[in-house]
Order: sequence, then C-alpha cells, then structure tokens
Amino acid sequence: MTDYRTWERRTPRQRIGRYVLILLGIVAAAISWQLLQINYSYLGTAPVEFMDLINRMYPPNVGYTGEIITPLIETVHIAILGTALAVLLSVPVSLLGAENTTLNRYTFLLGKFIISASRSVNVIIWALVFVIVFGSGALAGTLAVAVRSIGFCSKLIAEAIEEIDPGQVEAITATGANPIEAAIYGIVPQIKPAFIGVATYRWDINVRASTIIGFVGAGGIGVELNTSINIFAWRQVLTILLAILGIVIVSEVVSAYLRRKVR
Amino acid sequence: MLSVTDLQKTYPSGDEALKGVSLDVTGNQTVAMIGPSGAGKSTFIRCVNRLTEPTGGSVELDGLDVTGLSGTELREARRDMGMIFQEYNLIERLTVMENVLSGRLGYVSTWDAFRRKFAGDDIARAYEVLERVGLEDHENNRADELSGGQRQRVGIARAVLQRPKILLVDEPTSSLDPETSRDVMDLLTEIADEDDIPVLINIHEVDLAEEYAERIVGLRDGRKVFEGDPEELDGTARGQIYRGEEIPEGAGPTGKVRAEAGVSGDSTAEEGNIRRT
Amino acid sequence: MATEQSPRRTWSRPTAFYNHYVKWAVYVVITVFLLWSAWNMRISPARAVEGWDAAVGLVQGMVPPEFTTQFKNELLIEGLVESVAMSVVATIVGVILSIPVAFMAAENIAPRPVYWTGRGIITGSRALHELIIAIIAVKAVGIGALAGVIALSYKTIGFFAKLLAEEIEDIDAGQMEAVEATGASRIQTLLFGVVPQVMPRIVGLTIYRWDINIRHSTIVGIVGAGGIGATLLNAFDKYDYDFFLTIIIAIIAVVMLGELISTYVRGRIQ
Repeated sequence: MTDYRTWERRTPRQRIGRYVLILLGIVAAAISWQLLQINYSYLGTAPVEFMDLINRMYPPNVGYTGEIITPLIETVHIAILGTALAVLLSVPVSLLGAENTTLNRYTFLLGKFIISASRSVNVIIWALVFVIVFGSGALAGTLAVAVRSIGFCSKLIAEAIEEIDPGQVEAITATGANPIEAAIYGIVPQIKPAFIGVATYRWDINVRASTIIGFVGAGGIGVELNTSINIFAWRQVLTILLAILGIVIVSEVVSAYLRRKVR
Repeated sequence: MLSVTDLQKTYPSGDEALKGVSLDVTGNQTVAMIGPSGAGKSTFIRCVNRLTEPTGGSVELDGLDVTGLSGTELREARRDMGMIFQEYNLIERLTVMENVLSGRLGYVSTWDAFRRKFAGDDIARAYEVLERVGLEDHENNRADELSGGQRQRVGIARAVLQRPKILLVDEPTSSLDPETSRDVMDLLTEIADEDDIPVLINIHEVDLAEEYAERIVGLRDGRKVFEGDPEELDGTARGQIYRGEEIPEGAGPTGKVRAEAGVSGDSTAEEGNIRRT
Repeated sequence: MATEQSPRRTWSRPTAFYNHYVKWAVYVVITVFLLWSAWNMRISPARAVEGWDAAVGLVQGMVPPEFTTQFKNELLIEGLVESVAMSVVATIVGVILSIPVAFMAAENIAPRPVYWTGRGIITGSRALHELIIAIIAVKAVGIGALAGVIALSYKTIGFFAKLLAEEIEDIDAGQMEAVEATGASRIQTLLFGVVPQVMPRIVGLTIYRWDINIRHSTIVGIVGAGGIGATLLNAFDKYDYDFFLTIIIAIIAVVMLGELISTYVRGRIQ
C-alpha cells in the first residue's frame, strides 16, 4: 500500500544506484587527490609566480615578430599537408570501415582497427615516433599530424557513408554501370558535403596541433616556443603566444566559412 | 520481349515473397501489376533486373537468360532494362543533366564517367529527351531543387536514355499527387508507344491501372491470381486479389482467374482457372 | 522529336565558382601551394630511404616491448596512476569552475555584460593547446602533477562551459517561467527551473570530459606537468625504444579503458 504522506522522487533501487555512483565518484576523487601528493606551498606561491611571469612577459617583443614568420608559415604548411595526406588516405580506410561498402568482415575489422589505432595515440606521441624515423623537422610533424588525423577523418566519413540513401546507388547500378561508376555517381555526391566539412574541421584542429609538436622537435612554431621558454626569453614567449592565438582564430574563421559554403 | 518463368524469392529471414510467378511481356504493351502491399510486386520487378537476387525460376530478355549472368554480362543486360523508382532515386546533389546522362553509364569508360565526359550524340539525345518529358531549360538545376513530379520525369528521362528494350516501373505514382500521377502515366504509355517498347508497371492505384494498362496482372501472397484485360477486372477478381476471397463456382468463364499452384484454401481452383496467353 | 535548330551536342557542368577559368585558377593555386609546402619539408628520395632504415631500426628496437625489469614496471605503474589521478582531480575541479561560467555564458539567462565575460573566458580557454597551458603552468608552480591538474582544469572550463551553456540555452523556458511565477527568487529559479533540466547533461558531460582528460593527462608530462608523459620522454631521450613501446601500449590500454567506462556510464544515464 502506498503511504501518501511521504513523497519519494525515485524508487529505492534507483536511489541506491545513485548513491553508489556518487559514493564511487567521491572515493575516486579522494584517492586521486591523495595520490597526487600535491605540495600546497607551490599553490600558495602560484599567484605570485604567475604575476611575476606576466610582468616578465609584458610587453611582447615586437622586434622578434620578423623571426617567427617562417616558423609560423611552416606551422600552417604542416597543418595543410598533414590534413591533405590524411584526407587522401582516409578515403580507402573509410570505405573499409563502413558497413555498407566494406568487402567482408575481415576488411571491416581492418578498417575499424586502423581507425582506433590512429585515434588512440596522441599527436605528440606520433610526433616522437616520426622524429625517431625521419629526424627533427617539419616532415616528422606532417606525418604525425596526418597519421593522427586518419582515424578521425575515416571515422566521420565512414559514418557519412553508412547514412547514404542506398536507392541512389541502386538506380545507377540498374543502368548497367560498373561498381566504380556506381560509387562515383551514387556515393561521392552524397558524402561530398560531409567530406569537405570533416576535412576543414580537422584542418582547424590540426593548426592547433601543429603549434605544439615542435616541443619534441617536429617542426613549426612550437620549436621557437620551446627554445624561448628554455632561455627564459619571456617577452618572445608572449609574442609567440599572440601569434599562435592569431593563426588559431584565423583558421577557425576560415574553416567555419568553408563549412558554411558547402551545402 | 520479357519472359519470366516460375520466379521465386525466399528472403534469408524465411519470408517467401514470390512463390513461383510466370509472366510474359511483349510488343509495346503496358502491363500493370496490382496487388496489396506485401504481395511481392516490388520484389518481382527487382528480381527481373536482379537488384534483388531471385532464388528460383528464370528471367529471359529477348532470349537471353538474365538469371545466369554475372559481372560484365549482367551489366550489359541491365543496360537493356530501364528502371524507374518510387522514390525517384535521383542523385540529389547532381544536376538534372548529369542525372539523365547517368543512363549512359553502362556505355562509357569509368574514367570518362568520372570526368563527366559523354559522347556528343548522348548529350544531344539528353536534350531531346528532356524536352520530351517537359523539362527543357532545367538541365543545370540540381535534382533536389525540383518538385516530385519533375523529379520523376528526370527518372524517366534517365531510363529512356538507356535506349532500353523494356521499362520496369516500380510504383511511379505513390509519392505524387493524383494530377501529377496522371501526367507521369501519360508519359510512360506515350514512350511505350513511340519507342515501341513494353512497359511493366507496379502500381497500387487500381483505377490508374485500369485506365492506362492494356493488360493487368494481380499478385497476392507471392502468387499470380489474376491476369487479363482491364475490363475483365471485375468485383470477383478484385476480391480475390485484395481480400483473398475464394473463387466462386462457375466464375471461371468470365472471371479469367488463374492461380498458379492452388491459392491457399481454394479447393475449386482447378475449375476456376483459365489461362490467358 | 526533331528540333528546328541543330541539336546542342555539348554540355558542361555548372561550377560552384564564378566560371570555369576561376575554377581552374583555384585548382592551380591549391596545387602550387601544396607543392610549395612539400618543397618546404625537403622531402627527397634519399630522405625516404634513410627514413626507411630508421623505421626498420626503430621497429627492431621496439619489438619486443619490455615488461621485464621490476624498476621499469614500477615506473610505468606509478606514471599511469598519476595520470589517471590527475585526470580525475582536474575533471572535478574543472567542472566545479565551469558550472558558474556556463550560466554566465548562457544567452537566455545572463545579462549582456556577464554573457560576454562568460564567452570570453570560454574562448580564452579553448584557444591554446593543453601543452602550451601546461608549459606555462610548469613555470608558475614548478614541475609536477599540480601543473598538470591546473592545465587540464583550465582546458576543461572551455569545453565544459561551452557545451553546458548551449544546453542551458536550449532548455524549456516554460518550466523556468512556471517556477518564476510562484514567486521564487532568481537563485531559486535557477535551482528549480534550470538545474533539474540540465542535470543529466552535466553528469554525462563530466564523464565525457574525464575521458578526454585521461588522454591529455598521459602527454602533459612531456613538458614536465606530471603523469606518464615524463617517463615516455625519458625513454625516448635514452633511445630505450623497448620501454618506449611498452609505455605507448600501456597508454593506449588506459585510454581505451577510460573510453569504454565513459561510453558505458553515459549509455546508462541516458
């Protein structure tokens, strides 16, 4: 019998479930906090240190601007070439990784494996690997950006391929076209907007990524940033940060414009 | 001529969509196939050009057994069968002209197809056909800018450009309003006449079938239960097609009803059958 | 259907650019640009051959990954535990800081100046990469997990507040008005009219961001901000490629586990 004098929002089972979840969260937080053994004296001095840093950074070193133009251009090159390479390679990978275009179960698994392998390793780790292979420089950075982007692009393009209207492909098949022609006419036009959208979106992300791969020697503005920090040239650091901010904003605007333009 | 013998289709799920249907389509006849939803009309048409793989029986087009073909041979056979779809199935993001020219894809190389390079004759003919279906000056519109009726006309133009030996038409009017439906049906019968090819149409509007078809085929539960002239489609025949009613005694001579291997629950099928050829 | 005039035998596809010349010009510009980029990289056959040799060497050096020495195993576990702990703490701190920012940045409930402040905080947080924030944090509070927690929390604000603000902007205004109509104060309106509507989203986003923070916490160590990243860079600097591969495999395992948990829990909540 229901007791009408009390009101409960949830059933007891639900409530216990929620409490357990919340408890788990709190325990995890407490343990994590404990494990980090944070020295709070550092936290106490942090505001002072931070203000000190800002004082040393300001004003930015305007004279340094000329020197960072070349690395900035290199950063953009890395982002564009890396994205172009990734987009090119993600065409076959996404065809394998989409349920309706893959050849058989094994090719499907292969596609899925490439996608998740590429996605689960951070771009900076890929950069480390390619620096070992090709030595320091923009080439390693470009490949790192490309390899990291393949998974992202392929995943989204594969999803677009899975969502196409099969009727259009069927209609082309019914005219006696071969499978490649059926793909050119039936699939390509349908996924073109998604394709361009993914490419520009990823390029935008890659501009950010290519600003930091220089930390491990893979080219771009990150190299200058790392050097400036290591020699405590804080006014140069601020100049570089502002420049990075600039290209990030520009790339975001360009990418948003391109995505709007393609219907 | 198209000659279908004992066509069967059992889906992997165990659904028997076609339980052995035979049909001949010849000359420049317009044949309408009617029947309730799920009777197997679409499956039948799709089995003819093998968009759906039949599990038994045979399809012959001008003496060529289509059911045994594969690869290039199948594609060459498909070039001779123009198909028109219920949902138009146009390439929505391409222009009308590209959609129409895609009817020639079976004849051009893949590289030319990629570059959208078609023979001058094909382009001249595409303009001609567009005019014929009433879409002149629309060649540069994108397909998704057109209305339903216009899209179906593009679909027809695409099929006509194949110079097919038969038109297979799957529910051409289900997505259209009544008036546009008539225009489309007019156009289809006109093409059958002028190009001298037969047209096999799946349709669920019985009145349209009666008005436009020269012959009507009734399908129910994967079996052919009626075949005859539009005038012969009387109440009895309709009852049998749409409600699965038993054929009354003595209905044979006028009803022209035929059941392939005995309609379920129909013990008098033998006497009721008259095969019309 | 014979027409009077001679039939047109050519047709070219209308282009998205102004005309076909512009189209080709654009293509040429893009190609030249890509070639210039490639030239800038100084890609040469000699380099490719060299790279191939190095790659073979790397693979030989990496395989098999090293799981043997007690010392390195402890180092690995220690680094991973620190990474995960950092991700948990940073997520909680970040989310707590984000919630007020999200309310500030929601167009439908915040007054104009507050709204622009909120948006400004979000943009500032999103603009710079986590490694750049980490490097600055390291300079401010020294090497160690604290810098990592600061960097990740800071990045969490931009992500979390942006998505939560969008959610708040999408809420059913009717429910809010109904609470307001009972004579509730502004804070009470937020608590009863807005918070219940966005609560599931807060929980879902928190777990999602935790998943992302795990990924980031494994790399901020490269600039000294704690976690497994420092160990990774160390192995790399010492040409200890066996251990390098071991660490990468361990990172992938932890990242995938985090993703699995996150997907599962979010699935249960929705």
